[in-house]
Amino acid sequence: MADQSATTPPEGLVILHNMPEALALRLSGDLNAVSVARLWGPALSLVRGRSLASLRIELDQPGYIDGAGMALLVKLRAEAQANGAQVEILGLPERYRHLLDLASRAESAEAVEAGAAAAPRGGLGPLFGNLGEVLKSMRLVVCFVGESAQVVYLSLRHPRNVRWSDVLHSALAVGVESMPILLLIGFLMGLIMSFQSVITLQRFGGEIYVPNMLGLVMFREMGPLVTAILLAARSGSAFAAEIGTMRVNEELDALTTMGISPVRFLVGPRILSSLAVAPIMTLFFNFASLVGGALVMLSIGFPLVTFTSRVFSNVKHTDLAGGLVKIVVFSLLVAGVSCLRGLRTGGGASAVGRSTTGAVVAGLILITVADGLFAVLFYYFNI
Amino acid sequence: MQTSEPIITVRGLTCAYGRNPVLQDVSFDVARGEVFVVIGRSGCGKSTLLKHMIGLLSPVSGTIVLNGRDIVAADGDERLAILKGIGVMYQMGALFGSMTVLQNVGLPLEEYTGLPEEAIEVVSRVKLSLVGLERFGHVMPSELSGGMVKRAAIARAMALDPAILFLDEPSAGLDPVTSAELDRVVRSLAENLGITFVIVSHELPSILSIADRVILLDDQAKGIVAEGDPREMHLNSVDPRVRRFFDREARMPAPQPEQSVEIRP
Repeated sequence: MADQSATTPPEGLVILHNMPEALALRLSGDLNAVSVARLWGPALSLVRGRSLASLRIELDQPGYIDGAGMALLVKLRAEAQANGAQVEILGLPERYRHLLDLASRAESAEAVEAGAAAAPRGGLGPLFGNLGEVLKSMRLVVCFVGESAQVVYLSLRHPRNVRWSDVLHSALAVGVESMPILLLIGFLMGLIMSFQSVITLQRFGGEIYVPNMLGLVMFREMGPLVTAILLAARSGSAFAAEIGTMRVNEELDALTTMGISPVRFLVGPRILSSLAVAPIMTLFFNFASLVGGALVMLSIGFPLVTFTSRVFSNVKHTDLAGGLVKIVVFSLLVAGVSCLRGLRTGGGASAVGRSTTGAVVAGLILITVADGLFAVLFYYFNI
Repeated sequence: MQTSEPIITVRGLTCAYGRNPVLQDVSFDVARGEVFVVIGRSGCGKSTLLKHMIGLLSPVSGTIVLNGRDIVAADGDERLAILKGIGVMYQMGALFGSMTVLQNVGLPLEEYTGLPEEAIEVVSRVKLSLVGLERFGHVMPSELSGGMVKRAAIARAMALDPAILFLDEPSAGLDPVTSAELDRVVRSLAENLGITFVIVSHELPSILSIADRVILLDDQAKGIVAEGDPREMHLNSVDPRVRRFFDREARMPAPQPEQSVEIRP
């Protein structure tokens, strides 16, 4: 304690005596949030972690004691008592006495609550709890993807039951409105990939092969993948937020009591529109990326016809078709899981935020997993 | 009012959230054309009862017969038939934000009738005029005031001419004047169209002015503790639980005057 007694105590705190067994402090003036902020650390450090037989706190003309002042007194008393000290508080005005009792009761209640909350923690409990949650939510996702596929199947079998005007609106929001960013990303990706490859391949005189690579990579892999990521980020989050807000506003309940299935009414149009526009989005993306690549090739002196002939002689129909099959599956996964997250929203605004985040994360995970499966599948079937 | 066969019969209804029972063995009838109000303090199970009656939740046991059909056991087409016979107004209105008020009202008609668009618009407008909103058909729900949203929600609930309307806390969040206006709408619909109303509420003035009959739910008893004419109950009941509700007496002991604390800024 030598180092602490060496530092001068702040204004308003006087150490009357500081012996190994007994400590006496004097707190002078008002005890409010301002003065307590100054006193809290120094005062508690005198008491904390040492065994005392007695602690005396003298209050010198405390005109006004607020909640912070009470908290300081209670904390000092609790710390000292925990180490077995007798605590005396002198000079506390009568009108504050019951407030001190009240504050100490709140303190002990907090201790009880903290103890109760701490009890079940520790060990591997939370880990397995979380694992269970993860497995449960994975099961949910699998179930819902099946349900989404069923929605699509039923819509195509009974097209009269589909609200085609909603499908159209959704398609505008999903597809047409995302076109500028889609074309921009496509163009820049084509440009950057070609440019980087040209720099490397020029050393070997191989820049002529850049169009071959670009066409293949974009049509087979990047086109569907980037479109699906964009779909998850832009439309999946919107689906989850829209449906989640409807859940919070009891609109889903209203639909249910009208006898209208929320899955048919809300999920169906969104999935159908995503399925319809996502392949078109991929085609536009592929085209934009080729424009970017062409720009690079033109700038290093190749004529446009060289670029196009090399792209189209190298890209086969199966590459294009494989990419389109991929994006159809991706868009079903993304739209389905986003709507599921929306439907499963709990109460309150924060729940909507959580389900929106959850929708994007789950969408991205599903896209990646499905892309991996496609890679294996395509390899085995030699596509 | 209780001359004919009851339109709603609830028997032995037990509801629970997980293992926490909310209502135990609740039975009551609602007569045709009656304004029936479920009252009680917050947390006594009013809304839970309503959610079970409109089929959003399934009870642990018991039957809820609406218009001659048990909604608990029904599924598929029979459930749909029951749902078409009822209308629900949710606490915050639950109008679909992406549609105009008129489209909201017309949605059930669009889904369930083969009416041409033009006819749907006319019917929707008539429903809106019943609640005094005929001039607000082309407005989006977000542009309406709280009271208007609730009236529009009633109009939507009436779209298919249901025999029973369920209202969840119609006065919640409304000022007394608007709330009284809504009460007048309810009364006139009940008297002129013979619609049966089941209303969940805890607003005393509103209950006294609209209800034909009330049941009082209590969270300790987990069921009905009083049933009858609210004005009668208000004046004559000696049951402490009824008195507590009508006299607005808090259950917590009031703070002692000598415990009051000087508060300085």
